[in-house]
Amino acid sequence: MEKMGVLEGRKELVVALAGNPNSGKTSLFNELTGSRQHVGNWPGVTVEKKEGRLKFQGIDFKVVDLPGTYSLGAYTEDEMIARNFIIYDKPDVVINVVDATNLERNLYLTMQLLEMNANLVIALNMSDEAKAKGIEIDKDKLSQILKVPVVMTVATKGEGVKELLENVLKAVEFKGERYRIDYGKELEEGISELESLIKEDEELSKKFFPRWLAIKFIENDENIMKEFSSKTALMEKVKLIQKKLEGIFGEDAEVVVADKRYGVISGIVKECVKKRSTPEERYTLSDRIDRIVTNKYLGIPIFLVAMWAVFEFTFALGNPLSDWIEMFFDWLGEVTASWLESIAAPDILISFIRDGIIAGVGSVLVFIPPIFLLFFAISVLEDSGYMARAAYVMDRFMTALGLHGKSFIPMLIGFGCNVPGIMATRTLENTEDRLVTILVNPLMSCAARLPVYVLFAGAFFAENQGLVVFSIYLLGIVLAVIMAKIFKKFLFKGKTAPFVMELPPYRVPTLKGLLIHMWERGSLFVRKAGTIILGVVVLVWILSSLPAGVEYASAESYIGRLGSAVAPILKPAGFGTWEAASALIFGILAKETVVGTLGVVYGAEGDALFEAIRQHFTPLSAYAFMVMTLIYIPCVATIAAIRRETNSWKWTFFAIGYTLILGWLMAVIIYQGGKLLGFN
Amino acid sequence: MLKKGGIVLPISMLPPGKKAVVVDIIGGEGIRRRLIDMGIVRGVEILVVKNDVGPLIVGVGEMRFALGFGMAQKILVEEL
Repeated sequence: MEKMGVLEGRKELVVALAGNPNSGKTSLFNELTGSRQHVGNWPGVTVEKKEGRLKFQGIDFKVVDLPGTYSLGAYTEDEMIARNFIIYDKPDVVINVVDATNLERNLYLTMQLLEMNANLVIALNMSDEAKAKGIEIDKDKLSQILKVPVVMTVATKGEGVKELLENVLKAVEFKGERYRIDYGKELEEGISELESLIKEDEELSKKFFPRWLAIKFIENDENIMKEFSSKTALMEKVKLIQKKLEGIFGEDAEVVVADKRYGVISGIVKECVKKRSTPEERYTLSDRIDRIVTNKYLGIPIFLVAMWAVFEFTFALGNPLSDWIEMFFDWLGEVTASWLESIAAPDILISFIRDGIIAGVGSVLVFIPPIFLLFFAISVLEDSGYMARAAYVMDRFMTALGLHGKSFIPMLIGFGCNVPGIMATRTLENTEDRLVTILVNPLMSCAARLPVYVLFAGAFFAENQGLVVFSIYLLGIVLAVIMAKIFKKFLFKGKTAPFVMELPPYRVPTLKGLLIHMWERGSLFVRKAGTIILGVVVLVWILSSLPAGVEYASAESYIGRLGSAVAPILKPAGFGTWEAASALIFGILAKETVVGTLGVVYGAEGDALFEAIRQHFTPLSAYAFMVMTLIYIPCVATIAAIRRETNSWKWTFFAIGYTLILGWLMAVIIYQGGKLLGFN
Repeated sequence: MLKKGGIVLPISMLPPGKKAVVVDIIGGEGIRRRLIDMGIVRGVEILVVKNDVGPLIVGVGEMRFALGFGMAQKILVEEL
């Protein structure tokens, strides 16, 4: 029962996972917490926060997966999050996941964690791969030097996890000294001078580990310098020391500090790592695969095939499933309605349940199969290491837009559905690039808009149907390119981040990892977007059914009146009728409902609907209507995704506003321009 | 300049298969900072894996990086 002492008066132990990207941190997190995970956002930012729980030896653990970072400076959102969590939330233990095959680079983060006085346990992960590569790490020696427990793990196979947790429990009560880098006489003098000043300041010494703060001052850390700019005496001292060090070393103190860290690390690696002398192999297996996959000529065809495979997998498998779900809800609506009729329920209640609730829930659930399958496919691309190569291959094209290759993937996914497309922007590190990519994503014509094109192109351009539909898709791409350039130029001036991207070695993904990724992303969509969609569905039902006694979705209903009110605005675009306006309003709910609504308001289906459309539209106004459907206001699911991913109502409304204006403008230009050119 | 073949030049000028040692990184703090974090610092051995169209692919130890051309021009190396 001695273990209970650790937790006296405490509900749980808080353990943070810190490590480089691609160090296997996520695998370890999955292995530790299994399905008991919760994904949310870090307060105020778009980076996702993953927490999980586990019980070990009767003790509850809360595990927080910090963003994967190479460093703990203040240069990216991820780094700030990881760093602030360690400073302000003071986790009981920090598990530093270290990629055993890249010890040297990974120890750079370790050194910074030690400097922060984090209570560290090192998980030397992927130790099997290291062994296979002939890298032998003396973990006891490493542990002895760093004065930190070191455990060998293979997270993907669950090896070493138990031992790791035992060491975490032991570390909780650790009070001793950890390893400390000796920065050499000159730097150490400056550090200790600042350290003693910091210790005198109660506010500072309470919040921060004095030595860490002193080093950050010397490194000229942007955030720290800004935060304490009011402490003039201290800042003057800092400036003085920085100047003095620059005089001695002839360059910025921060470079000297980084060089020193790598120097020390290289010494430690020499002591602890033995690389079996194999005949020198310049190129690894991954290099040889890359020679084909990133090849000048083959790279793009391979990329296109991979994308085609993702789409086939998602929609060939997902659409039948969606159809079944739709059929099931139609059936459920009818069965429920006739049962309600049999017990003489009021018509309004029947309609509310059938057209409102059941149809609403159904409209959310039909999204599930393609979204889950798409996320599964994306996880395969990511976990195998191909995603980074896709970004590499597309970089040439995206550079022309002022974006990086990584932005291409979300755009492509947008052709299937904008919601996962927008969610896929998470792989972009740079906030500005991410925002631009999110904002233009709705211009990628998703699958839900296709039925509208098919209907209108079928009614007016039967002979050139394929070409007409293709022109709409192309227009979307062209507009996305133009808008991306405009946004980049005027909203996010000169913020292109330098392009460096790690290309992780190719790996065979684990099914467990894939399923967890699919589940956490997919269920997030269902929860967050689902509630919004349902709310709007109910709202639309109310608007269609009131005032009491009107025919559902007729001109006299509120939705019809709303359509009549909006119609005049649409007149310059050639389709200023209340029917077209209501169809567009309903279309915000989900783009495919444009067709359904037209069917309802014209009271026609199938061939009769084609006939009705021919009566109410001209070829020119039909084309303008298709363009409007492409561009105007994203559907609610997409709006919800934009809101979630940007974490900002401002950008959400911006996206709604600019697409509405752009859509109207384009429709008007096409209609009026077409008329001038003599089209009808 | 130090020894035979020891000319200092940007890594963007090296063909694939060449190994070189980083001598200096020129350019702004942002660029230097990113490279430091990735372990591309003075004295480190870099292998050029690919250098034709698009970003370079370079290797540091077992790691592989895609490196924008602009960035590669700022890494000065000495061929080995």
